[in-house]
Amino acid sequence: MEAINNLLGGSMVPDVLFYVFAALTLLCGVLVVANPFSRSPVTSAMFLVLTIISMAGLFVLLHAFFLAAVQIIVYAGAVIVLFLFVIMLLDLKEEQRRKIKLFGIVTGLISVGAIVTISLKALGAMPPGAEATAPQLEGGTAALGKLLFTQYVLPFEVVSVLLLVAMVGVILLSKKDLK
Amino acid sequence: MKYELLPWLILFLPLVAAGGITLFTLRYRTVSALLSIGAIVTGFVLSLIFINANGWQPAVGEISKNWLSIGTLHIDFGLKLDALSMMMLLVVTGVGGAIHIYSFGYMHEDSGFSRFFAFMSLFTFSMLGIVLANNFIEMFIFWELVGVSSYLLIGFWFEKPSAGDAAKKAFIVNRLGDFGFLLGILMIWGILGSLNFSVLQGQLSQNSLALGAMSTIAGLLVFCGAVGKSAQFPLHVWLPDAMEGPTPVSALIHAATMVAAGVYMLCRIFFVLNPEALHVIAYIGGFTALLAALIAVQQDDIKRIIAYSTLSQLGYMVMAVGLSGQTAAMFHLTTHAFFKALLFLSAGSVIIALHHEQNIWKMGSLKQKMPVTFWTFLVGALALSGMWPFSGFFSKDSILAQALEQGHQLPWLGYPLFITGVLVAGLTTFYIFRLFFVVFFGKEKSEIASHAHESPAVMTLPLVVLAIFSFIGGYLGIAGVYHGLFAGETEKSAGLAAALFEPFINSPLAAALGLCVVAIGFFAAFSLYAKADKDPLPVILGPLATAMKNKFYFDELYEATVIRLHDFIAAVMDWIDRWLVEGLCIGLVRGGTDLTGRALRLVQTGNLQTYAFLFVLGVAVVMYFVLGK
Amino acid sequence: MNVGLEHYLTVSFLLFALGLLGVIMRRNLLVIYMSLELMLNAANLALVSFSRFNNKLDGQVLVFFIITVAAAEVAVGLALIVALYRKRQSAHVEDLTSMKL
Repeated sequence: MEAINNLLGGSMVPDVLFYVFAALTLLCGVLVVANPFSRSPVTSAMFLVLTIISMAGLFVLLHAFFLAAVQIIVYAGAVIVLFLFVIMLLDLKEEQRRKIKLFGIVTGLISVGAIVTISLKALGAMPPGAEATAPQLEGGTAALGKLLFTQYVLPFEVVSVLLLVAMVGVILLSKKDLK
Repeated sequence: MKYELLPWLILFLPLVAAGGITLFTLRYRTVSALLSIGAIVTGFVLSLIFINANGWQPAVGEISKNWLSIGTLHIDFGLKLDALSMMMLLVVTGVGGAIHIYSFGYMHEDSGFSRFFAFMSLFTFSMLGIVLANNFIEMFIFWELVGVSSYLLIGFWFEKPSAGDAAKKAFIVNRLGDFGFLLGILMIWGILGSLNFSVLQGQLSQNSLALGAMSTIAGLLVFCGAVGKSAQFPLHVWLPDAMEGPTPVSALIHAATMVAAGVYMLCRIFFVLNPEALHVIAYIGGFTALLAALIAVQQDDIKRIIAYSTLSQLGYMVMAVGLSGQTAAMFHLTTHAFFKALLFLSAGSVIIALHHEQNIWKMGSLKQKMPVTFWTFLVGALALSGMWPFSGFFSKDSILAQALEQGHQLPWLGYPLFITGVLVAGLTTFYIFRLFFVVFFGKEKSEIASHAHESPAVMTLPLVVLAIFSFIGGYLGIAGVYHGLFAGETEKSAGLAAALFEPFINSPLAAALGLCVVAIGFFAAFSLYAKADKDPLPVILGPLATAMKNKFYFDELYEATVIRLHDFIAAVMDWIDRWLVEGLCIGLVRGGTDLTGRALRLVQTGNLQTYAFLFVLGVAVVMYFVLGK
Repeated sequence: MNVGLEHYLTVSFLLFALGLLGVIMRRNLLVIYMSLELMLNAANLALVSFSRFNNKLDGQVLVFFIITVAAAEVAVGLALIVALYRKRQSAHVEDLTSMKL
């Protein structure tokens, strides 16, 4: 922790790291969505892992250490493994041969263009000096845990119930003879 | 005033009976009948007690409660208590009571026995409402209620198509008249601002021109109601058809009470009518009397003959009102209620004895088999023809005398109507004795007639009671009571003998002529029909008889004109509804919706990603407006 | 130039757009699901950066919840896909148009 703080303490290093991680995130994101070399879901899943890991790097840059860890453990670990399991479970060879339709590309680009234009424009209109005060926040496990078990204890418990429900639901859905 | 509660009781008892029968005792025939009969007989007794306690002119002529107020329109629910309404109370409950009791025997075999008595009680309630109403709206409501109950009773045997048709005809024809009545009421309210009879009378007696230029029109519009309800020309066509109902109904509604409501109403609102309106009323009444009498001469159905006779007598009464003789009109209304109910009930007795055979040419020689019916019918026939000293003579004579009296001032009004009246009196005698001879004398003209036997006591007893009143009704002082109200003079306390011969002294010409035509009519009927097997008149009269038999083709005339016109309008309306309303208006909306729906259906591709795309576009639009343009 | 909030937000937006593009463009349900994960992560990134630059930890708590819910959602969603594939022998959105009448 001390070492990372020292590393991040300088003004140049974090900026460079940001650009590196941001570029990595976006590049891998593109490869998840539209890989020009392979349309296999497995490839997409692998690039999704990379995206998530580089995002964890961004989280670290934002001093959200706990979340960075969770991101890697839950996403890159559990979720992606789940994805890969399903991909293996389904025989998707035939799927790969299908082409992406022009209609999909056009509609996708239109909607993405609209959303990105509008949000970036809004971002550009943001008043300067919004982050005038130097960020002091440390997303340590202790601080987050304290908040989680005091102010947010009810949502926390609700979420745990949600996980239970999801588990029951998944078991039910996976039964062979679904009625 | 003593016993202020009694009039309310008299009015509402029959309604309670009707409600009770409908809700609780439909299955218990005897209980239903006793409830209904009990209500009306109690009403009769209470009326007697009330009149005995308060006299014919109670100190308080009105009991009234505010019912509803809308802006400047105040409608009371009130009871008008004067000689006119109280005498009518007695007539309705008395004659009605006799008919109720008679129905107990007459309807005994019918499966709708309880229903019948519920309707009868509902009718009695409505009729008492008309009689007691103290304002136009209240009267109109009960007027319509009477129409409804009449509809229900005419169509009582609704499984017979002819009965259903007759009920509809009566209802619709009455609607025409009531439409005019309502317009008249609105006009009077609009001009004078009140609906209460006493208030209106006060206003009009202070200033007889208060109705202004609308005076005649308002009077005639109100008269329209009477034309419909009392079946005057040209709306007379419903009454003969109404004979499709059970005979007690014909007696109660279409002879004694409901049809008399028109005449009663004219007398009640007499102050509204100006001379011009009265002249029209008089002529219409006279014309109806003559027309109906002529038609009655050539009818073969026993009930239809009496129905046309009713029309004719109602014409008399309306004529009397038109001649400003309310006393004469109400007097005749009262005696007519007695003897016409008697005639109908006797006819009903005959019909029951012959198992619902109504054609007089299939009867005959019933004198020995049905002695009570024979004698009561004879009394009714004599009273109807106006034979001295039966009740009909006195009331009819007072009308003729009134016509003569008017003739002194307005020769063109009084004299023609006097002659019409005398002529009708002769015709009346002729047709009623034609019926009498054919039914009770001669040979048995069919198999059923030879097996006829007298009706049970529950039917003959009311006949006897009514016969007694038909006999002595003329000198009971009924005319005096009315005279006291309309002319404002005190009752003359003449002795019985004086009362018996009073008409001859008052107006010898009317009385003598009246008796003469009665004699002529009687002997004509005797010579033609006493031994006839079939009607000799068609041979003598030729085409005229055919015209009479076919009721002067009024039904056909209406069929060809009114109904054609109605059908044409209906066809036009149908076309408008079908093509303009439904086709253009609804079609446009429907088609537009349909087209839009079809267009929007294309959006529903079932493809998840199309939905996602549209969803994102929507989000983009929202973001555009939220985050700044 | 110092890296500030707007830089992180820009990355977040672009990542979100990439996910959206995947959802609309790709036909494979699994890939669509991955794209959805991308969008969720973009939102997470935005929340964390807001949290950092506003000096408030609540945003991170929210991210924690989002990750939990996303995990549950993936589990259920994948189970649905498997069930669907068993029935239709396809994980392709074009073959799943039974919502259209």
